[in-house]
Amino acid sequence: MSKAQHVLVVDDEKSIRRFLSAGLAEEGYEVSLAETGSEAIEKTVQGRPDVVILDLGLPDIDGKEVIQRIRKLSAVPIIILSVRADESGKVQALDLGADDYVTKPFGMEELNARIRTALRRRLQEQGAPPVYRCGDLAVDLVRRLVTLGGREVRLSVKEFEVLRLLVSQAGRVLTHEFILREVWGPANAENIQYLRVYVRSLRHKLEKDPTQPHYILTETGVGYRLKAPD
Amino acid sequence: MSQPDQSDRENRPSPEALLAAAAQERRGKLKIFLGAAPGVGKTYEMLLAAAQRRREGVDVVVGVVETHGRIETERLLRGLEIVPRRRVEYRGHVLEEMDIDAVLQRAPELVLVDELAHTNAPGSRHPKRHMDVAELLAAGIDVYTTLNVQHLESLNDVVAQITRIRVRETIPDSVIDQAAEIEVVDLTPEDLIQRLNEGKVYVPRQAQRALRHYFSPGNLTALRELALRRAAQRVDEQMLSYMQAHAISGPWAAGERVLACVSESPGSAQVVRQARRVADELKAKWSVIYIETSRHHRLSEVERDRIADTLRLAERLGGEAVTIPGRRVADDVLAYARSNNVTSILVGKSQRSRWQELLRGSVIYDLIRKANNIGVQVVTSEGKPIPPKTVETRPGGEQFDFLPYVVTVGMVAAASLIALAIDSFVRLPNISLVYLAAILFTAVAYGLMPSLFAVLLSVVTYNFFFLPPIYSFTISDPANVMALVFFSIVAVLTSNLTARTREQVLSAQRRAKDATELYTFSRKLAATNDLDDLLWAFCYQVAALLKVRIVVLLPEKGQIAVRAGYPPEDELDESDIAAAKWTWAHNQAAGRASDTLPGARRLFLPMRTGRGIVGVLGLDRDRPGPILTPEERRLLDALSDLIAVAIERVQLAEDIDEARIAAEADRLRSTLLTSISHDLRTPLASIIGSITTLKTLKEPLDPRVKDELVTTIQEEAERLNRFVGNLLDMSRLESGALPIKRQVLDVGELVETALRRAARLVSHHRVEVAVEADLPMISGDATLLEQALFNLIDNAAKYAPAGSLIRVSARRNGDQLQLEVSDEGPGIPPDHLERIFDKFHRVAADGDKRPPGTGLGLAICRGFVEALGGTLRAANRADRRGAVFTITLPLPAKTEGELEAGAPA
Repeated sequence: MSKAQHVLVVDDEKSIRRFLSAGLAEEGYEVSLAETGSEAIEKTVQGRPDVVILDLGLPDIDGKEVIQRIRKLSAVPIIILSVRADESGKVQALDLGADDYVTKPFGMEELNARIRTALRRRLQEQGAPPVYRCGDLAVDLVRRLVTLGGREVRLSVKEFEVLRLLVSQAGRVLTHEFILREVWGPANAENIQYLRVYVRSLRHKLEKDPTQPHYILTETGVGYRLKAPD
Repeated sequence: MSQPDQSDRENRPSPEALLAAAAQERRGKLKIFLGAAPGVGKTYEMLLAAAQRRREGVDVVVGVVETHGRIETERLLRGLEIVPRRRVEYRGHVLEEMDIDAVLQRAPELVLVDELAHTNAPGSRHPKRHMDVAELLAAGIDVYTTLNVQHLESLNDVVAQITRIRVRETIPDSVIDQAAEIEVVDLTPEDLIQRLNEGKVYVPRQAQRALRHYFSPGNLTALRELALRRAAQRVDEQMLSYMQAHAISGPWAAGERVLACVSESPGSAQVVRQARRVADELKAKWSVIYIETSRHHRLSEVERDRIADTLRLAERLGGEAVTIPGRRVADDVLAYARSNNVTSILVGKSQRSRWQELLRGSVIYDLIRKANNIGVQVVTSEGKPIPPKTVETRPGGEQFDFLPYVVTVGMVAAASLIALAIDSFVRLPNISLVYLAAILFTAVAYGLMPSLFAVLLSVVTYNFFFLPPIYSFTISDPANVMALVFFSIVAVLTSNLTARTREQVLSAQRRAKDATELYTFSRKLAATNDLDDLLWAFCYQVAALLKVRIVVLLPEKGQIAVRAGYPPEDELDESDIAAAKWTWAHNQAAGRASDTLPGARRLFLPMRTGRGIVGVLGLDRDRPGPILTPEERRLLDALSDLIAVAIERVQLAEDIDEARIAAEADRLRSTLLTSISHDLRTPLASIIGSITTLKTLKEPLDPRVKDELVTTIQEEAERLNRFVGNLLDMSRLESGALPIKRQVLDVGELVETALRRAARLVSHHRVEVAVEADLPMISGDATLLEQALFNLIDNAAKYAPAGSLIRVSARRNGDQLQLEVSDEGPGIPPDHLERIFDKFHRVAADGDKRPPGTGLGLAICRGFVEALGGTLRAANRADRRGAVFTITLPLPAKTEGELEAGAPA
């Protein structure tokens, strides 16, 4: 890639903006900053960033509304900065079109991983059906083949459906409701226990230690995240 | 009503005098323009003074001023702001009264209120204008007012004697005692008469003739002297209270005390007034005593009422009223006098005839004979109508009962039959004794009147059947006439004696019953510590004893509100609430049959203890008119005193509890502050220290040192983050508004996420996870449970040494799920097993070896688990050293079935 990826950081806290711009510049991103929601929308339109990092608590416009207004103008990936114990806020933001979230306080590694995932997804959408590879696990979506250390793992139809969904958006958090809607249909969007049962059986088949999973990670109160591919 | 202090005659500022002076400073000041007679120009003088004050910049308004059409007066009024009067409709007339609420709301510095002795229109807040004035003064507003000397209660008789006109509108003398200033508006009798003749004195038309006599030079001179003397006396009092307040020793006599004896006689009121005058002159404390003998029960209700009113009059005039049960009036009065250091006794002139005195003895004579060193004054007791009552009482329930008389007729008839029967067998000379038996029987059974009736019947019947010529009412033998006369005398005397004995027995029984009731009640109260129980017992007792409806109001957040009642569902209407508030604010009776707000449905009485008013009780009875008989009022007062003391006791206990709780809260707060500042500062100190070290280190950095410092910064920052999280969790728990989002949860996932979050904390420990396969899903809040589990892991990591094993396990136990975190640390001292869950509780360790922590983690943990319907227990491991914490959660019975439905075939 010749041109540096452009990241727009939206946060009203000066210290957060400062360390983010320093940290992200260090990673080779081109960074622009915004303090308010309206400034964020303006800069999204004018600067055409590749990723927007958005704090939910802004002084002028509610963060969720900022997401909605950006979504009307652009499909740019949005990563939310949120706080612990606000799981429903995270879910709402994801429902409104945010791509992922990071819980404050967070480390730069975590944020960088989220940004990478978001950027990769943009590329994926432009072509090439992938084969997911992470550690021993490989998932070939076209051949519907799942292997663990080279050995094929047999999955039921629904298990594969769930895994396919996770693989297609690997590294990104998927809400319970989204998975349920996609796999079981809108009528079952509330039946979390279905999902839990299938995730448990998937873990039994895929994970070395199902109680401390390596691939399919639980995001408390929000959903599941498949570990990003190597 | 507070009296200017006259009691303490010690050579130092008496506390009462200082208090009275302080109260005087807060209250509004009263200035009275005192005149000898109408027409001397009091109103004019008052307006002149007000105009002067207004020029001085004082905010003056006119509450009410009567100009009676006098031009000079009206001209003076012109410059002043007048508060519009309130119009009251009464029996077709429109009366105008001072609008006290408007004045209170206007809140001027000084208000002019003419004619202090005025009686307000029915339906006003207070029946008398001087009560309005008292309220204005209490609100801190100065008042100028006018008064004619004949309206003073204690001078009322004197004035009536001088002028032969009795003024109905009187005011208590205490009002004049409360005045800060008195200005006598003086005019010579000649000038006044001239003004009268010129028509410059307002005289109501119907009184014109009577007033001609009133305005005679002799009368006016006498009245003028009275006014001047009263003012002078007041000046004397002012000096006295000044001297007391400033500890100037004076010529006041030591320990004078006046005691007035009163009876049911109408003249007693006069004795009371006289006592007040004597006491005033002597600057002495004074009391009024009534000895309640067995006679009391034979008095008519009118007489009993009069006694109660006389005693109340005494209280109103500033004396102390005492009622003592006794047998011999003179002895009991003297006993009381001696024990209370009374120096002189006042007693009214006897109304008994000489004959009665011979028969029953004379109280006055006995008093004088036995008084020894106590002076006895006999004062005239020319009758005077009883003054208005503070609280009217209902005439007693004793109605005329025919039954005793019917039975008496039967008794005498039976006696006649028996006597006739005996007479047909043997000829008895003393057959009249049979009748005597019947008479005695009626006396014992029904008292005096029926027995006298029996005497009459017996005499007639005996004469008819037994005295020749028989079957006629004539008597032939003169000896028989004598016999009959003596029979009558004996019969009357014995029936009288027997009836009196009966009265005494009944009265003793009544007293014993009252005493028992009070005793039982007081024991009940003593055994109760709950305020609501106390009030309920009181309400029930009063309602049952007096057959009334009762409510009790106690202060709540500065307002008084109904706290109990019988029947419990009763509610107060607006006028009741106003009366209750008034009672609370003024510590005086208000409402039905009282002086204040008599239009209310209930009568409200203050419940007082020595320390002041503690509440208000309201009474109501279906029958219209006054609610209580004097006896009932006395019983109620006794009960009310008991409950007031009990309420105060409970409130004191509550105060102590509150103080203890406040102290505990204080302790917690300071622990929290200490803990917070310590727990915030320790990581901050490490972070700042590491960062400044990094800054000052010279290039090139030793990568090992750099790594160590950066790791420290990260770990300490994370610790800070956890701590802040704990504080947030705690405040969420404490606020009681913990949002719980129940979801179906996989226990394995809980363990997974909690451990993932705690990964860095347990990096130096070995972690073993044992989640039973095929555990059913549970219902709970993922965030809360994850946090609870995280806190337990954090706790284990904190106490267990590096390298030791932390085991997290989940298993099913019947219909419960058990989540366990066990460590290989030092374990928990047995006496701390429960207390570790208390906020800020830390197991004490020696000095710095204690791991850092807030003492919040476990408390939060338990709070969250219990909020989800589970339990959290701490124990020491049985197999080895170490602690084990167990979360137990109920497993929903049906979830499993639901889950099977979604499982693959």
